[in-house]
Amino acid sequence: MNIILWAVLPYASILTFALGIAWRYRYDRYGWTTRSSQLYESATLRWGSPMFHFGLLLVLGGHATGLLIPKVWTEAVGISNHTYHLMAVFLGTVSGICTVAGLAVLLCRRWLVRPVLKATTTNDHMMYAVLAATLALGLLATVRANTIGDGYDYRETVSPWLRSIFLLRPDIDLMATVPTNLQAHVLTAFALLAVWPFTRLVHAFSAPVGYLTRPYVVYRNRDGLGPARR
Amino acid sequence: MRVMAQLAMVMNLDKCIGCHTCSVTCKQAWTNRSGVEYAWFNNVETRPGQGYPRTYQDQQRWQGGWVRSARGRLRPRAGGRLKRLLSIFANPKLPTLRDYYEPWTYDYEHLLSSPPAQQTPVAQPISQMTGRPTAITWSANWDDSLAGGNEVASGDPILARVSASVRLEYENAFMFFLPRICEHCLNPSCAASCPSGAIYKRVEDGIVLIDQNRCRGWRMCVTGCPYKKIYFNHRTGKAEKCTFCFPRVEIGQPTVCAETCVGRLRYIGLMLYDADAVAQAAATEHDTDLYAAQRSVFLDPHDPSVIAAARRAGIAEDWIDAAQRSPAWDLIVRYEVALPLHPEYRTMPMVWYIPPLSPVVEALRDTGHDGEKLGNLFGAVEALRIPVRYLAELFTAGDPAPVEAVLRRLAAMRAYQRRINLGDPPDESIAEAVGMSGEQMQAMYRLLAIAKYEQRYVIPAAHTQTAHTLEGRATGCSLDSEGGPGMGGRINLLTWNGNDRPEGLFPPRKEPV
Ligand code: SF4
Ligand code: SF4
Repeated sequence: MNIILWAVLPYASILTFALGIAWRYRYDRYGWTTRSSQLYESATLRWGSPMFHFGLLLVLGGHATGLLIPKVWTEAVGISNHTYHLMAVFLGTVSGICTVAGLAVLLCRRWLVRPVLKATTTNDHMMYAVLAATLALGLLATVRANTIGDGYDYRETVSPWLRSIFLLRPDIDLMATVPTNLQAHVLTAFALLAVWPFTRLVHAFSAPVGYLTRPYVVYRNRDGLGPARR
Repeated sequence: MRVMAQLAMVMNLDKCIGCHTCSVTCKQAWTNRSGVEYAWFNNVETRPGQGYPRTYQDQQRWQGGWVRSARGRLRPRAGGRLKRLLSIFANPKLPTLRDYYEPWTYDYEHLLSSPPAQQTPVAQPISQMTGRPTAITWSANWDDSLAGGNEVASGDPILARVSASVRLEYENAFMFFLPRICEHCLNPSCAASCPSGAIYKRVEDGIVLIDQNRCRGWRMCVTGCPYKKIYFNHRTGKAEKCTFCFPRVEIGQPTVCAETCVGRLRYIGLMLYDADAVAQAAATEHDTDLYAAQRSVFLDPHDPSVIAAARRAGIAEDWIDAAQRSPAWDLIVRYEVALPLHPEYRTMPMVWYIPPLSPVVEALRDTGHDGEKLGNLFGAVEALRIPVRYLAELFTAGDPAPVEAVLRRLAAMRAYQRRINLGDPPDESIAEAVGMSGEQMQAMYRLLAIAKYEQRYVIPAAHTQTAHTLEGRATGCSLDSEGGPGMGGRINLLTWNGNDRPEGLFPPRKEPV
């Protein structure tokens, strides 16, 4: 059971993710879009969307530091466990609440504003369920373990386990003692990863940073062969 | 000097009867699909009026086009690159469907299924956005022909600029139609606003297109275009715009709107211009100098040095020849009767307009004067401040002088031709009064009044290895071709029904052996 949960499933979802993204990029760039609904309704979206997205960027940054950077490294550069913990709890809770609240605003809008609801596909509904579950479980884990509870240090278990996955030597025993709530969060996160390429979430991979350096006006040849002169 | 060719259009507003044939044929050809029900790549609006989308010309509100900084540099009015990226999660200046209109259909089914009743059954309007019964309150031309009167027309941002106190009093009333398509600007702010770099200007003919494979639906272009000629397809999640009917013009046919125009008022031809001079011209300090600045980037296709430079730039001989015969060149430069729409937006638009003399003529006729007599007409151009200032706000950033000059030329042409019509000898002094020769006057008259199809549309065919496939493309929906800038009917993962195998979405199947 543990092997399936903590080794097979993660690899399966990573593989689905990679292949899915590759397929989508090769065959469905036409479907690669935010599919914004701002045209139907703008007032609520202008609050909810930045709240959700900026919150999410922070949350992702936090995850990257917490999961990928080994504890010994942060300690080596002189950040004590306590300081790190305080920072993580504070930033994690604030950005987590931001994200979840933003998503709540957006989801209410999606259900209550009729044209937006009409433009929502089954695919979207499924994706929102997984996304909401992941975010809610994650926030719950942060709040429970770090503020109410005695301070569970996932950097001793989940982080090394995840790194072991990436190093192709999955250390499944590490996950056995992790609180159920956090385990569930990890599993839904992998589920989210697996459905990612097949949903509107792909737009996350088109962060247009090239805009900062390119000339304002783009010229191209008729044949569509890449940007032309200037 | 870097010579580039640009397909330009000129519309003679005096001849527009507001029939909307152009809009309807354009819609039938390009936007007769779900997701763009509300979009009219070609629309005809009544001036004075609010326009479509409502009050789009109010750039304080919609933030389209460019602004010139104190240091003389241009940046999109809605903000430069960094600001755009920071507001990417919700575009603060996006018009919503309420600013266009909520598209609707009718419950036709009810007409057939209604049980026997006292009253004749009626088909209720159904919103295409909610699928529910709706009350129609606005459309792309709700205020057509001044419908709604003062109440609606006073929402016109241009009228408000002409004079804070102008009301459309009956004595002052004037009206004309303004057909609009994408301007295919030399300095397109839509392209400048696109974070993905999906909007591009074609090197060969200057047509501005959106690469449907690269658009990610950020919607910044909708804000960036001051003419609001980019439409967000809410079904595919991609932006779409007028393509200048490129599959047609590539084989030498005029755009659908021009081909079907009932008033035969549209002209299509090439303009050669110096691409290196565009940025500086667009950054000219005073708004009122922009009309002259844009003219200064056009290159004379008869000038041997221009011809040589055009050849060096790889422009083919038949294109140079077409540029020399271009009706756009004649109307813009030779006769100086065409003006750009809103040069103050600094996008260097390339659909130009001959302002209408009809408000002036009609005013004269209404007051019992002879609307064909030169003295009367000249006097009226001077006296009718409000129409002239209104036209100046549209075409010359508020400077009445160029508009007056055009109207005087048109008036002179009327008077000159009338004498000829009545069998009197031509009066050269009339032509001279507006700085033209009698010969020029007659040539201009022929171009404006009786020009044949071949003279109105001088469109050289595209030079491409795939030219032979274009013939077929002009009849099919070319926007659907792979990599084409529209691809309206194409299925993507979001619109796929999950059962069949749409073309292009999967790797090709192996042929069974
Ligand atoms: S008029 Fe056309 S080319 Fe000009 S900014 Fe708007 S969409 Fe772009
Ligand atoms: S078809 Fe021609 S005359 Fe009719 S509305 Fe369009 S531009 Fe005007």
